[in-house]
Amino acid sequence: MAETAIEMIGVNKWFGDFHVLKDIDLTVGAGERVVVCGPSGSGKSTVVRCINRLEAHQQGTIRVDGIELTDDPGSVAAIRSEVGMVFQQFNLFPHLTVLQNLTLGPMKARGLPRSEAEDRARMYLERVKIPEQAEKRPGQLSGGQQQRVAIARSLCMEPKVMLFDEPTSALDPEMISEVLDVMVELAEEGMTMVVVTHEMGFARKVADQMVFMDAGEIVETGAPAEFFEAPKSARCRTFLGQILSH
Amino acid sequence: MLLGSLLLLSGCSSSTAWGWYVINPWTPAGWTNVKFLIGGMGSTILISIIAAAISIVLGLIVALPGLSNRWGIRLINRIYVEFIRSIPLLPMLFWVFYGLPIVFRSMGLNIPIDPFWGAIITLAISDSAFTAEIYRAGIQSIARGQTEAAQTIGLNYAQTMRYVILPQAVRRILPPLANQFIYIVKMSAFASVIGMQELTRRANELVVTEYRPLEIYTLLILEYLVLVLVISAGVRWLERRMGSDERG
Ligand SMILES: Nc1ncnc2c1ncn2[C@@H]1O[C@H](COP(=O)(O)OP(=O)(O)OP(=O)(O)O)[C@@H](O)[C@H]1O
Ligand SMILES: [Mg+2]
Repeated sequence: MAETAIEMIGVNKWFGDFHVLKDIDLTVGAGERVVVCGPSGSGKSTVVRCINRLEAHQQGTIRVDGIELTDDPGSVAAIRSEVGMVFQQFNLFPHLTVLQNLTLGPMKARGLPRSEAEDRARMYLERVKIPEQAEKRPGQLSGGQQQRVAIARSLCMEPKVMLFDEPTSALDPEMISEVLDVMVELAEEGMTMVVVTHEMGFARKVADQMVFMDAGEIVETGAPAEFFEAPKSARCRTFLGQILSH
Repeated sequence: MLLGSLLLLSGCSSSTAWGWYVINPWTPAGWTNVKFLIGGMGSTILISIIAAAISIVLGLIVALPGLSNRWGIRLINRIYVEFIRSIPLLPMLFWVFYGLPIVFRSMGLNIPIDPFWGAIITLAISDSAFTAEIYRAGIQSIARGQTEAAQTIGLNYAQTMRYVILPQAVRRILPPLANQFIYIVKMSAFASVIGMQELTRRANELVVTEYRPLEIYTLLILEYLVLVLVISAGVRWLERRMGSDERG
C-alpha cells in the first residue's frame, strides 16, 4: 500500500482510572481492509470510535489521510468528513424517511441542493439493493434493511474510510448475509475499511490484515492465512478456538 | 360519634332540605346564578393559557443549561428547579401580588400588578420548574447513538439539535406538557384569593349571598371536571397522533 489512510501511534486512553487502550499502534493503508476481533470489553469499539473522535484519546497520535486529530474542532470536522461509520444499533433517524436519512448529511453538512442529494441517495440505495424503500420510515424495515440504509447513509457522504462496529451483531441470523454481501461488494470496489466483527467467514474473504485485541492491547496482527492457521499467541489461539468452534 | 357529626352538620346548615333551586337553570333566578358562575370560565381559561404559554418558553430556557457538560452551568438549572419547586403556590402568589410591587417601587419602577397578571406570573413561574424537567428528560431520553450518528455524517451541534434531537424530543415532550396544563387550570383557583373573578371566586361570592355552599360548590367542581376532561381528551388525541407518527 503506497498511501496511508489511518495511522495510530502509541495511542493510550483511560476512562477515569480504567486503562482502556494501551499503546495502540495500527496502520491502515489506502484501500486496505482491516478486521478487528477480540473478546468483549477488549477495547475494539473504543479503537474505532477514537478514529472519528466519538471518543478522545489522551496520549499518542492519530492521523487520518494525513490530518492529525487534535482538540481543534477544525481537525475533527475535517476527519469526520472523510470517515463514515456504521453502528451495531444502526442509529437511523426514526422520525425521517429513508430518503431523508440519506440526504440530511449531504444537504446540511455539505450544502448540496436537494435534487442532487436525492439523486445521490437513490444511487446508493440501489447499491445496497433497497431502492424501493426510499419513502418508508426506518421502523418499517427489517434489521438487515435498516443496516443497509445505515451503510448507504454513510456512503452518501462519499467517505474515504468506512468504520464498522459489529454491523451484524444485532441482526437475526437470516439477515446477516445480506449486510455482509453489501460489505464485500464495498471491499471489492476498493473502499478502505476497518471492521469490528466476529464473522470470520467474512474476515477470511475480505481482510488484508487481521487484528486481535485483548484487555486494551493489540496482541496480534497478521494476514488472514497465517492468522487463522497459525496464531502466534496463546490468547489469540484460545479466542479463535472459542468462536470457530460453533 | 357518626351520629354526633351528623347532628353537628345539620345544625350548622341553614336548612336541612336540598336547595338546588339556587342553580336551577329553568327558573329566572337560578339561571342568573348559573350564568354568573359559568361566567368565570373565560378568566380561568385565559389565565391558564397565558400562564402555560409563558411556562413553555421559560421552561426551555431553564432546561438548556441543565443539559450542559459543565457542572457550573448545570447548577443554574438545579438551583432554579429545586427552589421554585419547593415554594407552595399560595405563598408565592401572595409574594408576587403584595410583595413584588414593593420590590419594583424600591427600584424606582412603577409597575402595578393586578390580580390577572399576579395570577399569571405566579402560575407560570411555579409551572416552569416542572416544564423544565419535562424538557430535560425528553431531550436526554433521545439515545446517544442519535447524536453520534449525526456527528458522523458531519452535522454540527446546532444542526444535530435542530434536525435530529429536537424533532424526536418534541414527540415525547408534548404529551406531558399538555398534561401539565391540567395542573395549571386547577391551580388557577388560587387566583380567587387575590380577587381574580374566575370560577372559584364567583362561587365564593355567590355562597356569601345565597348561603347554599353544597349546591354551588358542587356545580363549581363540575365546571372544573368538564374543563379537565376536555383537556384530557385533547392530550390523548395528541398522544395518539404523536405515537402514530413515530411508527411512521
Ligand atoms: N464511556 C465509557 N465509560 C467507562 N467505561 C467504558 C466506556 N465505554 C466503554 N467502557 C469500558 O471500556 C472497555 C472497552 O469497551 P469497548 O466497548 O471498547 O469494548 P469492545 O471490545 O467493543 O466490547 P464488545 O465486544 O462488548 O463491544 C469495557 O470494559 C467497557 O466497559
Ligand atoms: Mg464493542
